[in-house]
Amino acid sequence: MIVIVDYGLGNLYSVAKAFEMIGSPAEISGDMSVISRADRIVLPGIGAFGDGIDYLSRNGLDEVIKKEILVNKKPFLGICLGMQLLADIGYEYGEHKGLALVSGKVRKLEVGEHLKVPHIGWNDITFSKSSPLFKGIKDGTDFYFVHSYQFVPTSKDDVVATTLYGETITAAIQKDNMFATQFHPEKSQEAGLTLLENFVNWNPTT
Amino acid sequence: MIKARLIPTVLLKDGRMIKTKQFDSYRDVGNPRTVAKVYDAQHADELIFLDITATTEERHFLLDVVTAVAEECFMPLTAGGGIKTVAQARELLQHGADKVAINTHAVNDPHFITELAEKFGRSTVVVSIDFKKNALGVNEVYTERGRKPTGLDPVEWAKEAEKRGAGEILLTSIDREGMMNGYDIEMIRAVADSISIPIIASGGVGKISDLVAGLKEGHASAVAAASIFHFTDQSIFKAHSHMKEAGISVRR
Repeated sequence: MIVIVDYGLGNLYSVAKAFEMIGSPAEISGDMSVISRADRIVLPGIGAFGDGIDYLSRNGLDEVIKKEILVNKKPFLGICLGMQLLADIGYEYGEHKGLALVSGKVRKLEVGEHLKVPHIGWNDITFSKSSPLFKGIKDGTDFYFVHSYQFVPTSKDDVVATTLYGETITAAIQKDNMFATQFHPEKSQEAGLTLLENFVNWNPTT
Repeated sequence: MIKARLIPTVLLKDGRMIKTKQFDSYRDVGNPRTVAKVYDAQHADELIFLDITATTEERHFLLDVVTAVAEECFMPLTAGGGIKTVAQARELLQHGADKVAINTHAVNDPHFITELAEKFGRSTVVVSIDFKKNALGVNEVYTERGRKPTGLDPVEWAKEAEKRGAGEILLTSIDREGMMNGYDIEMIRAVADSISIPIIASGGVGKISDLVAGLKEGHASAVAAASIFHFTDQSIFKAHSHMKEAGISVRR
């Protein structure tokens, strides 16, 4: 069973419908016991870093997610804010501690004066590494982005794809059984659905 | 490289898709779900749904349409029309909308922009600005679907909206809407050049070169259109390929 973590933010419905579309129905839940029974965990999210992490910790969901990822090695997919929350620290509206599952920080985009922020729209990603999650997806494929902050990992090794918008932006990261994207696969038409399918078939331990 | 967005606008009234001219003379053009599926198949970059249903008791149509479309179209969706509360915005965002567009209520209560931005992030908040030439021949912002003059200057209001937390501006010329004789390039550029958030140009597209002009001359980040995809044989495919030929970066 795939569980989409409900933490009061973001477009959970679209993520759930996308999994349904590829024949792998997912359950939306903010319940600790449901999340700990999941085979795979998805953390979506639109919204501010501080609100997100507050909600998770207030409801004990941060500890459950950490345990399922680190101890039970469950495949994990983070989307947008769900990726950013993996960081050690986020600088959106103040300074907030993240889940500290992938070392790095989340800071405002530094795109220069001539480009608009938020970074909204379709942008092509460049693979920095091969990943089972990119199976059937061509290097340079466009995905849908909508964000003003970006995840800067401490180790370049964790980055599997980047995109360019005034600066190099982390588009996807992979570490052990965690995969996360800054873009929205659930909003990226065919390529996005392919990525979700790859996540469903992903067995990071093997 | 970021791609210029081509966005079909779907105007809704009582659950049906309609077309208007200068915000008037309504014409039923079909089932919004069916139309959305066609746009999705043709790789539109985003869809905007604007509900102009007059009575508040019929407002559920917007949510119904967005929910239905989000079930089968896995692409960015923006929803607007009569949004006055955080709860209404949340409901739309929870049922498939990625962004909400606010217009009249943003003018009546500008703090509402900030409230939404703080709650859902600024990239979720589109401030929709409708303008037309007033009796003095000066461009002025109108609310309530073009009926109510506000005394606001479109450029100044866009700047104010950005300051208050808007993530994007949807700028529509009422005079040009549905007329198919091109965007108000001058006003689009004036707004685009004075704000640092993206702007979606809207109102007036009659041929594909109008889209190109909106991007190249108007400096818009995205171009919206409706009539051209309904009343001509121009498809999203054709528009994308012409835009590409004109040197604009579009999706592959």
